[in-house]
Amino acid sequence: MRDIPRWILLVLHYAVFAALIGFFSTRPVYRQLGPDLALIKLSFGHAGMHKEDCHKLTPEELAKLAANMRQPVSCKRERVPLLVELELDGEVILRQSLPPSGIAGDGESTIYHRIEVPAGQHDLTARLRDSRREEGFDYESAARVELAPEQNYVIDFRAESGGFIFP
Amino acid sequence: MRRAARILFELIDRWSERVFTPELNPLVQLGALVWYCYWIVIVSGIYLYIFFDTGITRAYASVEYLTNVQWYAGGVMRSLHRYASDAMIPVVTLHMAREFVMDRYRGARWFAWGTGVVLLWFLYASGITGYWVVWDRLAQYVAVATTEWFDALGIFGKPIARNFLNEAAVSGRFFTLMSFIHIAAPLLLLFGMWIHIQRHVQPRVNPPVKLAAGILATLTALSLIHPATSQGPANLDIVPASIGLDWFYLIILPLADRYSGELAWAVALGFSLLIFLLPWLPALKQTPVAQVDLENCNGCGRCANDCPYNAITLQNRTDGKPYKLQSSVNPGLCLSCGICVGACHAASPFRREPQFIAGIELPDTPAAGLRDSIVLASSGLHGDIRILLFNCAAGPDLSSLDDPELAVIALPCIGMLPPSMVDFAIINNHADGVFLTGCRDNDCKYRHGIRWMQERIQRRREPFLREIVPRERIDQYWAGASDLAGLTLRLSAFKRRLRAMPIDNPKTDHA
Ligand code: HEM
Ligand code: SF4
Ligand code: SF4
Repeated sequence: MRDIPRWILLVLHYAVFAALIGFFSTRPVYRQLGPDLALIKLSFGHAGMHKEDCHKLTPEELAKLAANMRQPVSCKRERVPLLVELELDGEVILRQSLPPSGIAGDGESTIYHRIEVPAGQHDLTARLRDSRREEGFDYESAARVELAPEQNYVIDFRAESGGFIFP
Repeated sequence: MRRAARILFELIDRWSERVFTPELNPLVQLGALVWYCYWIVIVSGIYLYIFFDTGITRAYASVEYLTNVQWYAGGVMRSLHRYASDAMIPVVTLHMAREFVMDRYRGARWFAWGTGVVLLWFLYASGITGYWVVWDRLAQYVAVATTEWFDALGIFGKPIARNFLNEAAVSGRFFTLMSFIHIAAPLLLLFGMWIHIQRHVQPRVNPPVKLAAGILATLTALSLIHPATSQGPANLDIVPASIGLDWFYLIILPLADRYSGELAWAVALGFSLLIFLLPWLPALKQTPVAQVDLENCNGCGRCANDCPYNAITLQNRTDGKPYKLQSSVNPGLCLSCGICVGACHAASPFRREPQFIAGIELPDTPAAGLRDSIVLASSGLHGDIRILLFNCAAGPDLSSLDDPELAVIALPCIGMLPPSMVDFAIINNHADGVFLTGCRDNDCKYRHGIRWMQERIQRRREPFLREIVPRERIDQYWAGASDLAGLTLRLSAFKRRLRAMPIDNPKTDHA
């Protein structure tokens, strides 16, 4: 290498540096989802029922409280956890209990869950329990969907709109 | 192990010096190069910002306009902005590796090291949000993967990834927040960079003009040949299944989405914590720090001028002596390099007291002891000619040099050698020649030791070496840990020259 003029070496060094920068700034290509897959995202926020009903305090109970704390109705703020279930082509692929948020357990429960599925036709059923019941669900919806490769398919839930929303 | 790594670095340095010249060797100014790249990023960023639309609906189009319509200006600026940012990552990584290998990260340097670790986070925050604001398919991946990654922390009541759930749910506000962070993070980075070098006197933050020009030309050429482009507009209803990723900045995201967010946090935080703690794993066994002796300090301020680490301040006199100022060492900043001793006129071996004390001293290497070593080493030399070789602790391992004409005196840093000691050795006929070695030139372990020493000999920095001292009897070779062969060659040449010198020089009494 001794005989190569210095400036050629110099340009070569700069070029290698540039090539490394240029290459790794976009290559190698990253594939985050297989070629014939689609993505289902089940995500929503919803507040479950309160764990206990409000109850009227009896005069005796009221008397026990400090004078400035005497309110005729006592409401515990804590909520029940939700139970969510997702069925794909007849098979339950997700069953999860969603605890309420907040330190007092009085906030919304939320979920953000991704499922990769082969593109094509699928039967989806989503169920949700948001009450104090021990069995069964309060909401259930089903849909037959046709998913294109690389589709981002979001299942939302809105109680005001009657439950699960399949686009 | 570290020694082997250091030798490897030095070998690469030698190659690089041959290609770039020693002054322009990028590897000895990596910190300055990061600064330089930062300025390229800022200037190009300001240009882009003039045309950029921070709203989510128009951002993509505004970047496309810059890239395609205005390719000759906006396009080049965009590419420079990307590539200079990219360059910062390998350069900063090398900078870090180098400081580690050269053992310049422990003791009082923990501060530069620790702030450096924090800088990495600002750097990544700047880079990741930068890819976000383009709002192309890559930005979409970055937005979704980053928010999902943050959600793995479990600190947000509602998953923030819901801001980018699908086209219907997309949050323009969140996007605008990211545009804001992309401005704020680089500003914090700059502030951090400034803090990072607070303990350095004359920090090297600007590379030499020719090197700067070479880098700018290289990045501009890359920008023209391989311009930075977008990867199609974002559409949250379609997963950007395969994308060109900037591996310099985004490498953590595939780790998070392919394996798990928790793992990615463990890696990022664990790695940061580990390198943050390195200065104490194990801690440096530092020799005692410099101490001022007021009896011998007249407050001239040379030590404060020369300390490369801002460890010395001048304060008002406290002992009633008729001087205005006195020197004072902040032990928390001192690295025990002794460069201050080399600057103190009171470290002169010509002083009459046998046990003199300098104005400032390293307790483990007193100036009077240095004089004694010169006398002692000299008396052990019996060859034709006598050479005193001063080496610094970070210099080459000279134990294999077995030469009756040579005596080695070790110092913490060559900058600790007061010029008067060289004077004393030659003029008082303790040696025929004085040879200086240590770290490689441009890479002094204590930053300025070699340069200050050279300037003192050249009478450009006080204390001057007296003119009467024959300069041809002084030679230097900056061998580092790796270049014993070069040192030996240079020494032989020096000996030959010394032999050829007439005996009737100022130290005629030697015969
Ligand atoms: C944006 C990123 C960074 C920039 C711009 C930067 C820049 C610099 C500069 C200009 C110096 C002074 C060099 C001199 O004049 O001697 C320096 C020193 C230093 N840097 Fe950095 N640096 C960065 C990141 C880091 C990182 C990530 C680390 C390690 C974790 C680090 C560790 C050090 C150390 C230990 C020194 C002190 C060396 C000494 O005391 O001799 N730096 N840096
Ligand atoms: S160089 Fe010596 S005399 Fe001058 S201020 Fe420093 S310690 Fe005092
Ligand atoms: S020993 Fe070095 S770091 Fe300490 S005060 Fe002297 S010059 Fe500064």
